[in-house]
Amino acid sequence: MTRPEWFVALGLLVFALGSVRLLFVRDTVTRLVALNIAGAGVFLVLIALAARTDPPDPVLHALVLTGIVIAVSVTGLGLVLIRRSDDGADESRDGDAP
Amino acid sequence: MTSLLPAFVVVPALVATLVAMIPRIGAVAAGATALAGVVAAVALTLRVSADGPVDVALGGWAEPVGIALRADGLSAAFVLFTAVVVLVVTVFASGSSAARGTPFFWALSLALWSGLNAVYVAADLFNTYVALELVTVAAVGCVALGGRSAAAPALRYLLVAVAGSLWFLLAVGLLYARTGTLSLRLALDVLRDPTDDGALVATVLILATVGLALKSALVPLHAWLPPAHAGAPAAVSPLMSAVVIKASIFVLYRLWTSLPADAATTSLAVLVGAVGSVAVLWGSLAALRQARLKRVVAYSTVAQVGYFVLLLPLVVPALRPEADDAARAVAELAVQGTVAMVAAHALAKSAMFMAAGCLLHARGTDEIAALRGAVVTNPGAVLAFGVAGVALAGLPPALAFSGKWQLLTAVLESGQWWWLIALLGGGLLTAAYTVRVLAVFVAERETGTENTPVPVRMTAATLVTAVAAGIAGVASAGWLATTTVGVF
Repeated sequence: MTRPEWFVALGLLVFALGSVRLLFVRDTVTRLVALNIAGAGVFLVLIALAARTDPPDPVLHALVLTGIVIAVSVTGLGLVLIRRSDDGADESRDGDAP
Repeated sequence: MTSLLPAFVVVPALVATLVAMIPRIGAVAAGATALAGVVAAVALTLRVSADGPVDVALGGWAEPVGIALRADGLSAAFVLFTAVVVLVVTVFASGSSAARGTPFFWALSLALWSGLNAVYVAADLFNTYVALELVTVAAVGCVALGGRSAAAPALRYLLVAVAGSLWFLLAVGLLYARTGTLSLRLALDVLRDPTDDGALVATVLILATVGLALKSALVPLHAWLPPAHAGAPAAVSPLMSAVVIKASIFVLYRLWTSLPADAATTSLAVLVGAVGSVAVLWGSLAALRQARLKRVVAYSTVAQVGYFVLLLPLVVPALRPEADDAARAVAELAVQGTVAMVAAHALAKSAMFMAAGCLLHARGTDEIAALRGAVVTNPGAVLAFGVAGVALAGLPPALAFSGKWQLLTAVLESGQWWWLIALLGGGLLTAAYTVRVLAVFVAERETGTENTPVPVRMTAATLVTAVAAGIAGVASAGWLATTTVGVF
C-alpha cells in the first residue's frame, strides 16, 4: 500500500470508531465528541485522497476546510442544546436550580 | 429570469437576517416574502416547462471554478410545493405566539426555507452538502423553539443529521477523487466510460444512500424523527414533516437519476425499495398505536418516506446502458408519480400537523383520549384532519391519487409487481389510523373539558391546505409532465 492508501484506511477506521461510539453511547457530551471524531475520520480520508497527486489537490482541501467550519458550528449548537436539556432536567428535580 | 434563481436562496436569507434583528416585523416580512416566493416559484415552473432547465453561473464564473445553479423540472416542483407550504405555515403561525415558540421562529423558518431552496437549485455536490447542513442547523433550531423539553430531541436530531452528512461527504469526496469534478453532469461523462467497472458508483451510492436515509428517517434509521417532529412547536412540526424531510429525499433522487447504473446498483435499488416497503407497513402500524395525536402524524411521515424510496428500483433500469425506450417511459412515469406523492404529502402532512396544532391550542394537550368531542368544538380542524387523511391515503381527486396511479402504472409496466403490496397496503393503513383518530373526535365530549377558542386564521390556513391536498389531483397530469424536464 502507498502512503495515501494507508491514510485512507486509517481515516475510514477513525470514521467507523466515531460512528459506532455515536450509536451506542447515551451520554450526550460523549456522543458529540464521537461525532467530531467521525468527522475527523472523513476529513482524513479526503486529505489522503488529495495527497495522491503532486502538488496535492486544492479542491479537496477546500472541502475539508468548509467541512471543519461546519463541524465547529454544529458542535457549538450541540453544546448549547446539551446545556439546555441538562438545565431542564435539573429544574424538574428541584425547583430552585439555575 | 436567470437572475431570479439566486433570489430563491438570497432573499429568504436576507429577510431572515432582518427579522432576527427586528423580530417585531416578523409576521409581515415573512408573509410578504412567502407570497413573493410562491409567485416566483410558479414563474420558475412555467419557465422550466416552456424552455427547459434554467442554468446560472454565479458572478459569471463557469463550472468547475464558479458556483453554478441549475433548476430542472424536479427542482421546480420541489421549490414550488416548499413555497406553498411555507406560505400556509406562515399564515398559521401568525395566529398564535404559542404555536411559534419564540419570536425567533420567523428568522429560523426563513433561514430554513433559504437552505431548502439552496438544496433544490445546487448544481454541484459540494454546494448540496453545504445547503443540507444549512437546512439541518436551521431545522434543529426550529425544533429547539419548543422549549427545554425539546432540547433533547433537537440534540438527537442534530447528531443523527450531521452523522448522515458525514456519510454523504465521504461519498462526494470519493466521487470527486475518481472523476475530478463536483458537478454531477460532468462526472457522468467520465463515468460513462465503458471500461469502468462500476465499483465506485456502487460505493458512492451506498454511502450517500445510508447518509440520506439517516437524514430522512428511513426505517430502521427513523427513531429520532417522532420525538423531534412531535416535540416541536405547533407551527414548526408542519415545516419539519412536510418540507425538511424532502431535502434529503431530493438529493437521493438527484444522485440516483444522475449516475449510471449496472447490475450491482440495480440490486442495491431493489434492496432500498424493500426497506421502503417495510417502512410503509412498520410506520403505519406504529401510527395506529400512538396515544398522542402529533405522534400519530409523525409516524405517518415515517411510513410515507418508505413510499418515496420506491422510486429507486423503478428508475434504475432506465439508467443502464442497455436500457430501451420502454424502461425510460416507466422511469418517467415513476418520477412523475413519486413527485406527485411527495408534493401531496407536503400539503396533506402540513394540514394534519396544523390541525393537530389547532386542537393542541384548543385543549392544551394532544392526548387523543382528551380530544373527544372535538368535532363539535373545533369542526374546522377536525374536517381538515379528515380531508388531509383521506388525501394522504390517495382517494380521488387527491394529488396522492394521481401520484399513486402513475406509480401503479409504472410498477405494472416494469413487471415488478411486488411493490404493489406496500403501495396499496399503505393506503389502507393510512385510512385506518385517520379513522381511528376521527372516531375519537366524533365521540361525545366529556363534561368539564376546557376549550380555548382557536384563532380563525389558524383553522382557515389548515382547512385551505387540506382541501388543496384533496383536490389538487384534478388536471394534474399536465404539470406533472413538467417534473421530468431535464432530469434524465
